[in-house]
Amino acid sequence: MIKPSLISPAMRGPWTLLKKEMLRFWRVAFQTVAAPVITALLYLLIFSHVLEGHVEVYEGVPYTAFLIPGLIMMSVLQNAFANSSSSLIQSKVMGNIVFVLLTPLTHLQFFSAFLCAAIIRGLAVGLCIYIGAIWFVDLHIVHPWLILAFALLGSALLGTFGIIAGIWADRFDQMAMFQNFIIMPLSFLSGVFYSIHSLPPFWQKLSQLNPFFYMIDGFRYGFFGKGDISPLISLSIVGASFLVLAWVTLKMLKSGYKLRA
Amino acid sequence: MNPAIKISGIHKSFGNLHALKGIDLTIERGEFFALLGPNGAGKSTLISILAGLMKPSSGDIAVMGFDVVNQYQKARQLLGIVPQELVFDPFFNVREMLRFQAGYFGRGPENDAWVDEVLEGLGLADKAKTNMRALSGGMKRRALIAQALAHKPPVIVLDEPTAGVDVELRQMLWEFIKKLNRDGHTIILTTHYLEEAETLCSRVGLMKQGEIVALDSTQNLLNKFAGKSLRLTLGDVSLPSNIQALVRNQDRGIFTFALTDMAQIEFVLSALRNANIKVIDMQLNEADLEDVFLSLVGSHD
Repeated sequence: MIKPSLISPAMRGPWTLLKKEMLRFWRVAFQTVAAPVITALLYLLIFSHVLEGHVEVYEGVPYTAFLIPGLIMMSVLQNAFANSSSSLIQSKVMGNIVFVLLTPLTHLQFFSAFLCAAIIRGLAVGLCIYIGAIWFVDLHIVHPWLILAFALLGSALLGTFGIIAGIWADRFDQMAMFQNFIIMPLSFLSGVFYSIHSLPPFWQKLSQLNPFFYMIDGFRYGFFGKGDISPLISLSIVGASFLVLAWVTLKMLKSGYKLRA
Repeated sequence: MNPAIKISGIHKSFGNLHALKGIDLTIERGEFFALLGPNGAGKSTLISILAGLMKPSSGDIAVMGFDVVNQYQKARQLLGIVPQELVFDPFFNVREMLRFQAGYFGRGPENDAWVDEVLEGLGLADKAKTNMRALSGGMKRRALIAQALAHKPPVIVLDEPTAGVDVELRQMLWEFIKKLNRDGHTIILTTHYLEEAETLCSRVGLMKQGEIVALDSTQNLLNKFAGKSLRLTLGDVSLPSNIQALVRNQDRGIFTFALTDMAQIEFVLSALRNANIKVIDMQLNEADLEDVFLSLVGSHD
């Protein structure tokens, strides 16, 4: 970790908030990193056992290999969302959010710190799944920069969405609603386990409205050089979505919505 | 030099409730100021606006000349606010929390010595490595105060810091806060314990239903509203006219006289002697803020 003395005094505020947010999930890493990694590896084990040899989505790509990038990306996205949303809702319910609200931190610094912590948690979980998964199957990487770009933008998008959810929700059950009725359906219906080309036309069209689809497909393109849609289109859609959500979040924070009466 | 805090025409409404009705208040640097008032008077709302936790409906507040809305970064840098609610972050220990809190204000390792001084001064030194969750209620309260002080703010606001706190901590806390005040920190205190305000604070503001109804030095308030009170049991008599004006209360032969100085005692007694009225029992009470408080807040509504 960088020594605090290397940080300029102007950057010390947001840096401290980022450090606190990272320590918060790292202190309970068993729950915040190890648990999602094990869940993803169990999916991998079961689905590859059942479907390996029966399904071939892309020519020459074994089903297990096809599955891994989708599982990684799904976990990156879910954990980025979980980090910012659960931190905010906990601080609000516990009341300790006041410690941050009393400080001179600007809304942009507040946003950046929560966003970076969410990205770091998402990438940490994704990297661990990748390391776990390459024991099962040989994975070639065709476009490493695409993989990195989608992982970064995707976790940023979901981290931002988590901030919005955390600010909006007043109670844990409202937050659970976000998890169960938005994040889970969108991630399961995004083509993690299949190519959307295998779906009937109506469901194909519907899938194209799902932002998770573009993130998963683009990320997978980085591994195989093949996908359901051009990665540049996906990247633009994900990037534009991030900019829109970030703008909304900054507006909310600046107005003090639900945080400052 | 700008005053520590300048509050001008602050109004705050929550729907139909007009919680603050035009507060004007200036607190000079180095003051030890008490803000008193019954529950619902608007003290905490005023402090929340000062802290930036709420936005005023109109009016403005400046901390050492910096507006709490338009120049919030500079204003908050100068403020240390102890919230009323006993909140804590369960993930960290006491020293970590203090370092984080100082860090949010841009303080780095050079501030660690001050953090240790705060821990020492509030009797938290041996709890520095204890998780916040494991602290007793009193210790959590100390940690909350320490957090507000972590960045060494020149203006310190304590919103009912001693609610539900034992005597030992109160003593320790006030010793430490008095020392900070001697070192030049401005202290603003809201409390329900009137004797605390009386012994500690040089000036008092009294709030009632969103307005400041009294604002003066503690001594002047005591003199003006209460002075000393002399309770005489005299029986069923009619008082000589020259002392009737001093009577504040009369109840079944017990007369309470409001006096501004001790010389008036002899004046009352000699008037009674001249009128041949016998004193059956006598009691002399020093005024306290409670009397001021009650006479301003109590009976009128």
